[in-house]
Amino acid sequence: MPRYLVGRLAGMAGVLLLVCLFTYAVFFLLSPDPAVQVCGKSCTPERIDQIRMNLGLDRPFWTQFLSFLGGLVSGRTYGEGANAVECAAPCLGYSFQSSQSVTDMIWQRLPVSATVAVGAAVLWLLVGVVSGLIGAVKNGTWVDRVMTGLTLGGLSIPNYVLALVLQFVLVVQLQWLPFPQAVPFGEDPGRWFLNFVMPWIVLAVGYAAAYTRLTRANVIDTLQENFLRTARAKGLAPHLVWRRHALRPALTPVVTVFGMDFAGLLGGALITETVFGLNGVGKMAADSIAKNDQPVIMGVTLLAAFFVVIGNVVVDVVYTVIDPRVRVAA
Amino acid sequence: MTIAPTELEVELSADSGPGGPTQPVGPPPAASRPRLLRALSRDVGAVLSATYIGLIVLMAVFAPLIVMVSGWTPYEFDQTAIDPNLGGVPIGPWGGISSTHWFGVEPGSGRDIFARIVYGVRVSMTIALAATALTTALGVTFGLLSGYFSGKVDHAISRVMDFLMAFPALIFMIAVLSALPAGNRGSLLVVVISVFGWPYLARIVRGQTMSLSRREFVEAARASGASGLGLVFREILPNLRSTIIVMVTLAVPGYIGTEAGLSFLGVGVVPPEPSWGQMIASSVSWYSVVPTYFAIPGLFLFLLVLSFTVLGDRLRTVIDSGEAR
Repeated sequence: MPRYLVGRLAGMAGVLLLVCLFTYAVFFLLSPDPAVQVCGKSCTPERIDQIRMNLGLDRPFWTQFLSFLGGLVSGRTYGEGANAVECAAPCLGYSFQSSQSVTDMIWQRLPVSATVAVGAAVLWLLVGVVSGLIGAVKNGTWVDRVMTGLTLGGLSIPNYVLALVLQFVLVVQLQWLPFPQAVPFGEDPGRWFLNFVMPWIVLAVGYAAAYTRLTRANVIDTLQENFLRTARAKGLAPHLVWRRHALRPALTPVVTVFGMDFAGLLGGALITETVFGLNGVGKMAADSIAKNDQPVIMGVTLLAAFFVVIGNVVVDVVYTVIDPRVRVAA
Repeated sequence: MTIAPTELEVELSADSGPGGPTQPVGPPPAASRPRLLRALSRDVGAVLSATYIGLIVLMAVFAPLIVMVSGWTPYEFDQTAIDPNLGGVPIGPWGGISSTHWFGVEPGSGRDIFARIVYGVRVSMTIALAATALTTALGVTFGLLSGYFSGKVDHAISRVMDFLMAFPALIFMIAVLSALPAGNRGSLLVVVISVFGWPYLARIVRGQTMSLSRREFVEAARASGASGLGLVFREILPNLRSTIIVMVTLAVPGYIGTEAGLSFLGVGVVPPEPSWGQMIASSVSWYSVVPTYFAIPGLFLFLLVLSFTVLGDRLRTVIDSGEAR
């Protein structure tokens, strides 16, 4: 087991390094000259050259990439002399447009993204697993058919369309919810909660539909297994058959998918955050794209990749704990 | 928004059990086409979906003719249909729906929404279909190679797939598209979507190829002198037909959604060329005043994605259950 874990962690570091390299290379090739952005409007070619030299932009790709990696590990300083800016480790870059290190910018906005992700995840897990179980138990009845129809609808509705529909119906027409507005939790917890209700629903609908289908299919498959027939045949009470034998194998695939989906969301729910004006990592990415603030875009890309890769490993480790079959194989 | 793979595709691969993609899966029985069609034609949902998709395709093909009948091109500004005193709100109820403007007009500019819907679908469909075609070509080829030639080839392809799937595709797509010049966004969109999309198909094709390549008929072909690539494409590929049909049907709605999402975020199709996602994006600031402006493109988009999803879902059920045999 420790050996397995070490191997996984090494593989993870490898993938992360590759993601860094790939992202860095793409931005290196695509991005308009950062020196021009630093320099601002009244700028001379000599000044640009000087900035380029100061920031090390004239050096070859590999040197620049290595100093980027160095900055990730131990921080770095951009520029020299009076204009030098400090970027503490882990330094994901420095946004000259907002005069802030990318790490700080992400750090400030991560709580909002996490709130959106956690709330939505709770909602979709509850709804998805419960309705999946109902669908499996009522397999073939009208309840099941109605739910299948609903899940297909939930999978198909684009979340920005749903966001607009909800805003129009709940806020404008029925006035059940206040107009979305950022309120700090400490100030007014009630208002804070109401503010997040719509983003949670919008984000959760698609996932809830997918989880309903996944749970339903897995439970139906498991119910046909021999070990369940044995459990029933030996006279075990139905609720014990469910609790001890059916649910665990049926829900393990849900754990895998959940780990990946949740990890993916921590990197920011771009569309949902943008539509509702929530100041999270996703909205920051969208704004930076509009302003062409390349260091921030790259930082968010790396952060999101980081979460996905970590999520992958966590899922694998959790799997060895909850699924005895995998445990033996490992 | 779902990026490259739709949730249904993920489900398809999750079906292969806890061992994930490495576990060989038995391919669903290949169904003959006429029987497949007969089974589908008995299904109300499938028929309705196919009808809607057919209508939309016709609408895309005959867009110039339709617009001639309706009387407005998607680029014409109709200043008489909006009220300048109210900031450009369409005149009349329901966003200005009338006999001249069938779906009303855009607030602010007065462009005909019907014409923009008709033209917008051309962009969405072209991009989604092209991306599906490219993804399928890449996914099937690499999946087959990876599944048949195990060892080094498989290892290399699998690593690339892992890498691409670990990548935050949406953010990256947006970043790349925003940095590149806006010249030919359409083909760029197709390429970028496909590059991140093919591993999801390849993974399933790989699993099935692995189990197929141990079957007797492949042995027989090998024994009678067939080798390498020829064998893969002549003997194994035909047996994957049903899987590929289902995957393709489920991929199209995913890509329609992706295109609309990217256009919604402002990195897709460049204005003034209309696209549904872009129409919805520009309706955001008007949603409380002119609800029809987001409701009409939203409904069209939702129904199109839903139709493809339902059709793919039903196809899979029919093929899996062997009903069509």
